[in-house]
Amino acid sequence: MNGAPEKHPQQLVDHLFRHEAGKMIAVLTRIFGIHNLELVEDTVQETFLKALQVWKYHTLPDNPSGWLMQVARNKTIDLIRRQQKLSKISEELGSLLQSEAEYTIGQFFLDTEIADSQLRMIFTCCHQSLNPEDQVALTLKTVSGFGVQEIAKALVSNEATIQKRLYRAKEYIRANDIRFEIPIGQALEERLETVYTVLYLLFNEGYNSIKADELIRYDLCVEAMRLCKLLTEHKLGNTPSTSALLSLMCFQSSRFDSRIGDDNTIILLEHQDRSKWNKGLIQMGYHYLTQSSTGDRLSVYHLESAIAAEHCLSPDFESTNWQAMLLLYDRLLELKPIPVVQLNRAILLAQLDNLPAAIDTILDIPGISDLLKHHYIYPSVLGDLYGKAGNTGEARKYLEIACQLTPSLAEKKLLREKIQKIGSPG
Amino acid sequence: MKDFLFIFRGPDYSELNLTPEQSQAAMKKWMDWVGALHSKGQYVAGNPLVKTGKMVEGKKPVITDGPFAEGKELVGGYLIVKADSLEQATELSYGFPDFDKDGSVEVREIIPM
Repeated sequence: MNGAPEKHPQQLVDHLFRHEAGKMIAVLTRIFGIHNLELVEDTVQETFLKALQVWKYHTLPDNPSGWLMQVARNKTIDLIRRQQKLSKISEELGSLLQSEAEYTIGQFFLDTEIADSQLRMIFTCCHQSLNPEDQVALTLKTVSGFGVQEIAKALVSNEATIQKRLYRAKEYIRANDIRFEIPIGQALEERLETVYTVLYLLFNEGYNSIKADELIRYDLCVEAMRLCKLLTEHKLGNTPSTSALLSLMCFQSSRFDSRIGDDNTIILLEHQDRSKWNKGLIQMGYHYLTQSSTGDRLSVYHLESAIAAEHCLSPDFESTNWQAMLLLYDRLLELKPIPVVQLNRAILLAQLDNLPAAIDTILDIPGISDLLKHHYIYPSVLGDLYGKAGNTGEARKYLEIACQLTPSLAEKKLLREKIQKIGSPG
Repeated sequence: MKDFLFIFRGPDYSELNLTPEQSQAAMKKWMDWVGALHSKGQYVAGNPLVKTGKMVEGKKPVITDGPFAEGKELVGGYLIVKADSLEQATELSYGFPDFDKDGSVEVREIIPM
C-alpha cells in the first residue's frame, strides 16, 4: 500500500507569509544594506517560491516560519560566498571565510536580532524627511509584506501612484544615505513620534475609509495594531506613549462592527449598538491603558485613549461621564488645538447643558465660516445646538446646509427628521 | 485500485510575481487538495521538478540542455494517486489549483507489473 501516513491537512496561520516577509526583509536589509533593497526583495521572493514548490506536494514542515528563515539564511550565505573572489584566496583561507560567513550571518538570524532589525526597518520607513504617504506605502511594503497591488487596494489608490511613492521614498533614502539604525536619545523620541503618526494614519485608513472593502479595512487596523504591539515588545520602543497608542487602537477597533450601517454609511457613536462592541478588544485596551500610565509625559494618545475608554465604560451614550470627558478634552485641546477637537468639546458642553458656551465654542473656531460651508459635520452640530437652544431659524438654516453636504443617505434622513421636529420659525 | 500519474504543466510561479499573501493563498489551495488525497488514502507520491535539465536524443546519443518549454508547456511536477478507474482519477485531478493560471493536468494510468 502507499507509505504516506494519514494526515489532516495542516493550516498556515493567517498572514504568516506576510509577517515572515517583513522579518526576512528586515534581516536581509541589515545584512546587505538598505541600498540593496531590490536584491533583498528578490531573495525573499525566491524563498517563498521554494516553499511553494517544495511544500505543495507534501505536508507542511513542523515549523513553517523556521523553515522559511532557514532558506532565507542559506540563500544569504550563498550570495555572500559568491561575492567573495575565492579564486584569489588560498584554499585554507577560503574555507575559513566560508565558515565565518555562516557563523556571522547566522547571528543575524537569532530571534533578538530579528526583532532588532524589524525595529530598524520601521524607524527607517518612518524617517521624518519622507512624506507621510510615502512612509505609509514603504511601511506596508517592507515591514508588513504587502504587495503593490494590495497597498493600492487598501489605500483606495492605484498601482502607479503607489509605485511612485515607493520609488520616491527609496530614492530619498539612497540619495541622503539614511542609515539603517535605531536612533538614540532625543532623535529616538522624535522618530517614535513619526512612527506613531504613521501607525495611526495606517489605522485610520482602515477605520475611517468606507471605500475599500471591509476585509481590507479590518486588515489595515489589525496590521497597525500588530506593528504597535511589536514596538511594545522591544526595549527601545516600549514607551508609555506606545502603550497609549495601542490602547487607543484597541478601543476604537472594538467598535469596528458597529460603525458601518447596512447601506455602507457611517453610524455615529451615539447611535451605535454597543452590544456589538468587542469586549476582548476593550479589555486589551484597558490593559495597555494601564501599562501606559507611567512616566511623566501625557501624550495625545493617552488623552484620546482615556476619552475612548470613557465611552467604552458607559452602557449607553446618555450615561457617559461627560464631566470627566470635558477635563480630558481641555487637556487634549492644549496639545491638539484643531477644529475637530474643538467641535467635540462643544458637543460635550452641550451634553452638560451649557448650550450658549457650546455654540460660542463652535463660532470661535478659527476658519469656521469656511468649515461650515464645506464639511457637513460642523453645520450639522451647530444646527442641532441651535435647535436645542430654541433658535429655530438658525437651526433650520444649518441643518439644511448639512443635509446638502453629507454624502450619507442615513445622515440625510436623520437631518430631515430633525428639521421636521423643529417646526416652522416664528 | 490502480496507480495513475498526474503530469502538471503550467505557470512558472517565479513569473507570476505573487505577493506573500497570494503565495500563501496558492499554498492553501495546494495543501487542501493534496491533504484531501492524503486523508482519503489516495496519495502515493509527488514531487516538484527543476525547470530545466538535459535532453538526451539520437543514436549517439546527443545531449543538449533542455527542455526549454514555454509557460503552459512546462512540466512542473507530478503526483501519483490511487483510483479505481481513469474516470475516477480524472475527477481527483479537478482539485488542481492552477487551471486559472493556464495550467493543465495530464492523467495517465500506470501499467502495473
